[in-house]
Amino acid sequence: MSRLELTLNGRPVSVDVPETRYLSEVLREDLGMTGTKVGCNEAECGICTVLVDGTPVNSCVYPAFKAHGASIETVEGLSAKGELHALQRAFLEHGATQCGICTPGMLMTAKALLDEHAASGEPLTEDGIRVALKDTYCRCTGYQAIARAILQAAGQDVAPYLPATAAAAQAIGRPAPNPNALAKITGAARFTDDYVFPGMLYGCTLRAGIPHARIRSIDSSAARALDGVHAVLTHEDVPGRNLHGLVTVDWPVLCGDKVRYVGDAVAIVAADSAETAAHALDLIEVDYEELPVVADPVSALDDDAPRVHEDRSEGNLLKHIKVRKGDVDAGFENAEVVIDRTYRTPTTEHLFLEPECSIGIPAGYNPADFGGRLDVDAERGETARHVKTTVYVGSQIPYADRDQVAASLGKAAGDVRIVATLTGGGFGGKEDIAGQVHAALLAEACGRPVKIRYSRQESLQVHPKRHATVIRMRTGAKKDGTLTAVHATLYGDGGAYASLSEKVLTRATTHASGPYDVPNVRVDCYATYTNNVPSGAFRGFGVTQSCFAVESNMDLLADALGLDPVELRRRNALRVGASTATGQVLRESTGLLECIDRVDAEMRGGDFRWSWNEGPRRFAWGIAVGYKNTGLGGGAPDKATAIVEAWEDAGRGRMAEVRISSAEMGQGLPGVLAACAAEELGTAAENISVLLGDTDVCPDGGPTTASRQSFVSGNAVRYAAEDCARQLDVTPDKLANARFEYEAPATQPLGTGGDMHVAFSYSAQAALCELDLRTGEVLVRKVVAAHDVGRALNPLTLEGQVEGGIVMGIGMALTEHYIQEDGQPWTTVLARYKTPSIEHAPAISSHIVEDPVAAGPFGAKGVGELPSIPVAPAITGAIRRATGIHVRSLPVDQDELLRALGDSVGELELAWGDREPIPVIGDDA
Amino acid sequence: MTHAWQHYHRPRSIDDALDLLAHYDGNGRVIGGGTDFLVETRRGLHRPQEAIVDATGIEGLGEIAQSDGFLTIGCGVTHSRIIRHPLIRAHGACLAESCGVIGGPQVRNVGTLAGNVAHALPAGDGTIGLLALDGEAEVASAEGTRWVPVRDTFVGPGRSVIDRHQEVLTRLRFRPTGDNEGSAHHRVMRPQGLCLPIVSLAARLRLDADGRIDSATVSLGPVGPVPWVAEPAMQLILGESPSPELFAAAADAVLGEVSLRTSKYRATSGYRQQMIRTWLPAILGRAASRAEGAR
Repeated sequence: MSRLELTLNGRPVSVDVPETRYLSEVLREDLGMTGTKVGCNEAECGICTVLVDGTPVNSCVYPAFKAHGASIETVEGLSAKGELHALQRAFLEHGATQCGICTPGMLMTAKALLDEHAASGEPLTEDGIRVALKDTYCRCTGYQAIARAILQAAGQDVAPYLPATAAAAQAIGRPAPNPNALAKITGAARFTDDYVFPGMLYGCTLRAGIPHARIRSIDSSAARALDGVHAVLTHEDVPGRNLHGLVTVDWPVLCGDKVRYVGDAVAIVAADSAETAAHALDLIEVDYEELPVVADPVSALDDDAPRVHEDRSEGNLLKHIKVRKGDVDAGFENAEVVIDRTYRTPTTEHLFLEPECSIGIPAGYNPADFGGRLDVDAERGETARHVKTTVYVGSQIPYADRDQVAASLGKAAGDVRIVATLTGGGFGGKEDIAGQVHAALLAEACGRPVKIRYSRQESLQVHPKRHATVIRMRTGAKKDGTLTAVHATLYGDGGAYASLSEKVLTRATTHASGPYDVPNVRVDCYATYTNNVPSGAFRGFGVTQSCFAVESNMDLLADALGLDPVELRRRNALRVGASTATGQVLRESTGLLECIDRVDAEMRGGDFRWSWNEGPRRFAWGIAVGYKNTGLGGGAPDKATAIVEAWEDAGRGRMAEVRISSAEMGQGLPGVLAACAAEELGTAAENISVLLGDTDVCPDGGPTTASRQSFVSGNAVRYAAEDCARQLDVTPDKLANARFEYEAPATQPLGTGGDMHVAFSYSAQAALCELDLRTGEVLVRKVVAAHDVGRALNPLTLEGQVEGGIVMGIGMALTEHYIQEDGQPWTTVLARYKTPSIEHAPAISSHIVEDPVAAGPFGAKGVGELPSIPVAPAITGAIRRATGIHVRSLPVDQDELLRALGDSVGELELAWGDREPIPVIGDDA
Repeated sequence: MTHAWQHYHRPRSIDDALDLLAHYDGNGRVIGGGTDFLVETRRGLHRPQEAIVDATGIEGLGEIAQSDGFLTIGCGVTHSRIIRHPLIRAHGACLAESCGVIGGPQVRNVGTLAGNVAHALPAGDGTIGLLALDGEAEVASAEGTRWVPVRDTFVGPGRSVIDRHQEVLTRLRFRPTGDNEGSAHHRVMRPQGLCLPIVSLAARLRLDADGRIDSATVSLGPVGPVPWVAEPAMQLILGESPSPELFAAAADAVLGEVSLRTSKYRATSGYRQQMIRTWLPAILGRAASRAEGAR
């Protein structure tokens, strides 16, 4: 221990800490100032940025004693005397904070920039912001709102960017900051890792490290004997079900006989410190017999392929998903042009900037037993007594967490409680179990709270990714462009465990003829097990992948027919009366044509050209459309239950508290639910407080997936609030109380015809790309987008979804690739995974189309996933127009693209991580 | 898990730094900003040290100064300060440019040029820029101080003649570009795959009264285990007048000398060659036009 002296936010601080500390550790752990977040410990993401003597640094790799004697500024010091800093006010107003995990670092980076410009007197420019924020990542916003907020804070006249939407009602349609945004900009918002319970231990997980092996033996005796270790658990110590899984229960809590991917958990340790727990892992001896590896989804189905799950009679085939409509053979006979191409999309990583963290609390926990304070009135948090086994976690499905934790503990579901903390980004990557079960097991084994916090590097190799796919797409049309048939074959890499593969790839399959009226469709999708990292939910849920194939073929078709690509899409667009690939006849809310028209009009405004040259750079436009279902569909009951309590307040009018277990991960759900309640109660949204995700007091809102929460939870809240309003009309002096279970209109399973989904949302996007002919580098300069969302419930947070989704799609198109080779990830550190920074963010011009759906809350349907879907084919379409090269493999590799340019190759099917050409998919597949 | 170090020292003088290193007798290690070393340490790529000796707090070595015909950069000077410094921007443009592409602002605010040189990565951008300026490094050890050409400090990837357990790289210096001189730097990244730099290149040229190149230094990396001073290209252009053809020939001379392998998930040999073929002439041209502008 040595004495470290700092001036922290203007106040002298003196603390005795080991010299081994990093600045972020001193702030968060020694001083309890958890406003500063840690995202990677690699100096890559920048969310840990603090100011040292006015200069932004990454506190995660800044030795604390390097800062000895220095002045440190953190987000907690940004607001002086209760007054928000101009940046904080602007971030609120512009919706520049979503999940909030990057916000402290973003604010501090921006503050240094503002201070610098204030000192020099030079005006701040958008370019200046791009330079300063280059290495401070935000995965939610798409950066545009942040840049505008900073300009406003610098005193420039920049208003929040809000596309035109229908006139606001009482609360619906009114742009408003997310209710939790204030806490996020002050550093007060608490994510799981920000909780420290008295007596808490730290858990670590022993990973397989090899993709496929039989376990001969596990010897943990040395680890158990290590000083400071409280428990070492292996498969023998799981009291209940040693498996978890959301659809198929096939994922071992702790592997006993076999490991099937590098991230498989073999043992877990709880110790006094994370260091000791990690040291204990090194002492556990596991004897493996390595097995041959299943490395890709196509060869996985070979007769002689090794079996990932030996007990399955279907071998590595996880699911064969079929869509049949009309007579596809006749459709092709009737076609005058057929486009037949095979495409490949990569495994990609969500890169939510908050790595997974869970804290397990044992049943009967009393903080006073560990020297803490007990507050008998506290319902949750460090001072509360915990009657049940409890897990604090920022996950997307609190009730599924509860059920899975209970099953593994051998307890009834009602004996386990999940307290949802804020989620620092999810995007589908926090639906499966991460550390929840392990933390609960260790907590019960030790009788103490146990925190399991994944490092970024552990997160990269453990949680499910976006499915890599190989897709053969055959598209037939008449000379006038009318589509006659689509025949698609998809292979999806499910990885080692089922996760949501069946659902994700069903969505890829049912959307594989695009948002078009196609009379004859045949789609076969093979979801396979491999020894890769599992694949699961990821914004777009399979549709991102099939849309790339659909739209790429549409561009080729337009060329082959000599048709304008916009006109071709317009001609075939789904509209009322048309039917989807699964035979669902659309009766309402089909705003695709309007989306196309709006985007086309803006793109062609001025002196429009499809492409042009500027020195060594070539510019070109590309356009694509997409659609996405709202809700679970497919016959699954899609329910949410909300509780609303409302009362009359003499001064403020009607007030209410809403409770529902649905996850807020930055998408703005609390604001949407508050608006739904406020509208029915006839009050201001600010008068509604929303409590999400404590399974003991909040009823089940269902999974936060499938763009469903605004629709399903929104309706549940709306109807509960309507009930309360009626009660208050009659007895205004009494507390109104209503519980409403909303069930979305019934849907039909795939293959039975009828309505498979309650609604679809539509998008058209045009991307203006710049290609550097010297390097092959591609930048997206502008995206013009239109989204049919039914009704804009909160235009500010809606626009955040649109912009963030588009930039995420740009990542998939141009940079992101989670590389695995023979089951071993190459993407082991964040430095090897390039996600878009502000430098890659285009100008976005956004149009909102509101074609209402009758059953939606105030006409709304889902939007969370849609903006990510058509981005990649719009970009590759632009590249084709610029170069003549048809890119069939993502991400667009500048090395390969430049080579293709030099060799005058017309089509590009290699991506660097996949040195093998795209596999050939036979006619009979 | 063992900590990467037990003690962290930030000495105020060179003597104190050397005393600490002597005290730890091989188990102490000098760092500058530590922006490479600490990240690598967090990844477990370095053996644990008993002590870290942070050289950025040494008094008098936090400055950029002009003396004896040199621009001198102390070992405490960060990349950010180099980028902004008017003398370096005017008389060491390739260094300002090369330091400007390192990491992001937060890394440049901490990382130092001295650390970049001593860390001896095959394509440290600041190092490539300094090499083209024929930079020299002052090394302090128990035996005294010595100046060595930066180009002579590299032993292998991450390995330098400067013994970071015994010696301190205290200062760097180069002769500022003057009349008829110019320099330039460029780097190409490939964000796909492993997201690594493909090539970083820098050049310094001087023109004589007739407009012929009478002095040239060209540096680049990664083309081998250590940053490379491209003598064949330099020889080829000496005495000649700048022209696109000449600079294209210089690129050919470089490509004739180095063997660029296809490096998995980083770049193909073809792409790496193409980048040199494109960008070496480009920076030579930029350096030449700056030289003309400095007449």
